[in-house]
Amino acid sequence: MAAVPETVLSPTLRAKDYKSAVSPVWCPGCGDFAVLSAVTKALAYLKLPKEEVAIVSGIGCSSRLPAYIDGYGFHGVHGRALPLASGLKAARPGLTVLVAGGDGDGFSIGGNHFLHACRRNMDLTYIVMDNEVYGMTKGQASPTTQPDWERSKLTPHGTGIRRFQPPAIALAAGASFIARGFAGDPNGLTKLLVDAIQHPGFAFLHVLSPCQTFRPEQKEWKHLVHPCRLGPTDNPAQAAHLMQMDDGMALGTLYAQQLPVWQPANHATASPADFDQEFRI
Amino acid sequence: MDNPETHARATCIAITGSGGSGAVTTGLILLAAVARAGHYGLLTRSAGPQIRGGESAAMVRFGPRRVECMGDRFDILVGLDWSNVDRFVDELPLDARSLILTDAKGEPVPEVLTRSGAAVRQLPLKEIADGVADGRLNMVALGTLGALAGLPLSALEHGARTTIGTKGGNLLQGALQCIGAGYRLTLDGADAAGDAPISLASAERWNISGNEAAGLGALRGGVRFVAAYPITPASEMLEWLAPHLELVGGSLLQAEDELASVNMIIGASFGGVPSLTATSGPGLSLMMEGLGLAVASETPVVVANVQRGGPSTGIPTKSEQSDLNIALYGLHGDAPHLVLAALSIPDCALTFQWAVRLAEHLQATAIVLSDQLLGQSRAIVDPPAQFRGALERWVEHKPADDYRRYAVTADGISPMTLPGTPAGMYTADGLEHGPKGTPSSMARDHQAQLAKRLRKLRDFDYGPQWGEVRGTGPNCLLTWGSAAGAVFEAAERLTGAGIPTRAVALRLIAPLPQRDLAQALDGVSTILVVEQNQGGQLFHYLHAEQALPPWARSLARPGPLPLKPGEIVQACSEVD
Repeated sequence: MAAVPETVLSPTLRAKDYKSAVSPVWCPGCGDFAVLSAVTKALAYLKLPKEEVAIVSGIGCSSRLPAYIDGYGFHGVHGRALPLASGLKAARPGLTVLVAGGDGDGFSIGGNHFLHACRRNMDLTYIVMDNEVYGMTKGQASPTTQPDWERSKLTPHGTGIRRFQPPAIALAAGASFIARGFAGDPNGLTKLLVDAIQHPGFAFLHVLSPCQTFRPEQKEWKHLVHPCRLGPTDNPAQAAHLMQMDDGMALGTLYAQQLPVWQPANHATASPADFDQEFRI
Repeated sequence: MDNPETHARATCIAITGSGGSGAVTTGLILLAAVARAGHYGLLTRSAGPQIRGGESAAMVRFGPRRVECMGDRFDILVGLDWSNVDRFVDELPLDARSLILTDAKGEPVPEVLTRSGAAVRQLPLKEIADGVADGRLNMVALGTLGALAGLPLSALEHGARTTIGTKGGNLLQGALQCIGAGYRLTLDGADAAGDAPISLASAERWNISGNEAAGLGALRGGVRFVAAYPITPASEMLEWLAPHLELVGGSLLQAEDELASVNMIIGASFGGVPSLTATSGPGLSLMMEGLGLAVASETPVVVANVQRGGPSTGIPTKSEQSDLNIALYGLHGDAPHLVLAALSIPDCALTFQWAVRLAEHLQATAIVLSDQLLGQSRAIVDPPAQFRGALERWVEHKPADDYRRYAVTADGISPMTLPGTPAGMYTADGLEHGPKGTPSSMARDHQAQLAKRLRKLRDFDYGPQWGEVRGTGPNCLLTWGSAAGAVFEAAERLTGAGIPTRAVALRLIAPLPQRDLAQALDGVSTILVVEQNQGGQLFHYLHAEQALPPWARSLARPGPLPLKPGEIVQACSEVD
């Protein structure tokens, strides 16, 4: 990310200044509150002018986040946050574009876009708040839910299929920054967000964000998370090994690599009237 | 009214052959040659499903007046060979006045063609080509064909130079020799039109395809971002746009699918850049949820739908006007949007330019219908018209303290800030919202926002671009999109035959320009609604809008055969 010019800095902005007046719809104790707070802290730390920030999301509990930030936002349709953000960034490269959503939005209905956003490597920050459940539709299994989780009426015997492995799939698809944070570790999460926003290219931040309502057992996550023992690395082979060993609870930057960033030049050398000549006989 | 007889002076030629025989190249050179000779012209093509090669046919119609559709029959059919010609028989109507031209030593002309009563002329095309270095049979045939059609040799040579002159080797030299030898074959060395200066039309003429014209119109309208997924027959529009967008400071992003492309253009347009995607029926189906988001969030977008035969994969390489229903009704919820249709190859430029300006000004979704017949055909035409109106997006650069993105205004259009504008922050949302954009499920917000989104389209004055009206007779042919070409010619023929007929073609289909259409239909005593689909999609829409009298009739015929003026004239006589 380019350095912010001094002239547009708003030195008085604090984290709370990035919060909008809209009240979240989230349940008490939802991990997404901590993510919202970390986003505002990271923006304040980076001294980003509010109007230069755009947050794009799809559908789901966590996708409600843009309205709670006092910046430009787009709360679009289910699963399509990454394409919408990619179009915005292609057209307006000077903006800091964050993308937020959940595990269903990003890995199920939006799974194809996740793959292609990773390999396109535009300068976007993608924050997935993973609670291993569809909360907004009242508790169905998501791609990251354990196969034997039987508490949804939709899958009374569990899904019976293996879990989606977000960091490993991001690595295979060509993402250039992969990190995992935890809603219960707000300071660590803020730091990861700062690094992700500053990373030039597609930064994928996988956030373990517990659902108090449909997955109360996730209260135990605070005892299960641990710092990533091997990372970070810029070597994809090492990263692949690390992710094979991953128990899903390792926190920190797992992989960071400088890769070519896709961004059109948007530099005009002609006007449409110049093209008439091509067709004249 | 133009003299209907003059269309009889338009010559119709078809060239058919297997993959590699050069049927389409021959057609392209012929089109350039007729342009050089001062004619108007039209080149349509038909291809089989093969990825590469395979049989194809090129159809060229030319004459001294505008050519807006293929004729009812062909004067000359050139068979470079007869491989799989049975696949094209329906598209190559011949009669006893037609001439079939083919190689003396090739296969015999198939009975499916000779049963028309057409004369057959077998000439030593291959023998001549074999005697020329880099000689090709199709170029010998082109020379003969040009002579028979009364074109000057120099025009054919010019056509070859401009069409294949940039290709390497001695291809051009061989072609020129073959064209000359073929030309002399029927005329014992004399030039049909002499080498006198060609009667080049004094006015400027263009050689352009519908997909190119659509791309040009989009750029003229201000489009600077395109995201799209390849699909037949829209891909050439994208292939033209990609390098040209770069030159004007824009970009084209090849998306992973149509769900992505429609959301990408919504994102770019939210950022303030006029944006478009191009697709065909299956892709449009995939985009519908995204278009609802564009409508709800009032983000301007334009979608080009270059229609093909449907439903499902249908007939990707051939034309049909069967996506009007999805364009009109495909969005869920109450989602007012614009539906426009280009009326001819050059009109693709005007219609797309206008559509972009309307979408921007009205912060609306515009679906613009073209089709394979317009998109993949080329024509020699007068320079495409430009839209001269000033329709801008209401961008708020200095929002007031009480800025409301979705303010309920009298005309329904609200101020829009762009990211980067201080104090203008808002979250665009597919959730229903209040005037500030904050999500709301309250009845009063829903009703106010729905009403505003309807009002801004319904109450806007669209001006004279709504459609084309030709003629004043009491009989009316009413149509939309690419069918307009055949309808205009049919109306002329009917009028010439003593049945005064007017033609009305809709460029703006939704919202329906009720007042203008009523005026255009004033005083008519018969109406035939003409369209190339099975269900009579325009006919039923117009009835639903109460825009037709109960005695109006429908001529709805599915593709992929293009509508011909003769069948429309025939249908009129059946109505009477």
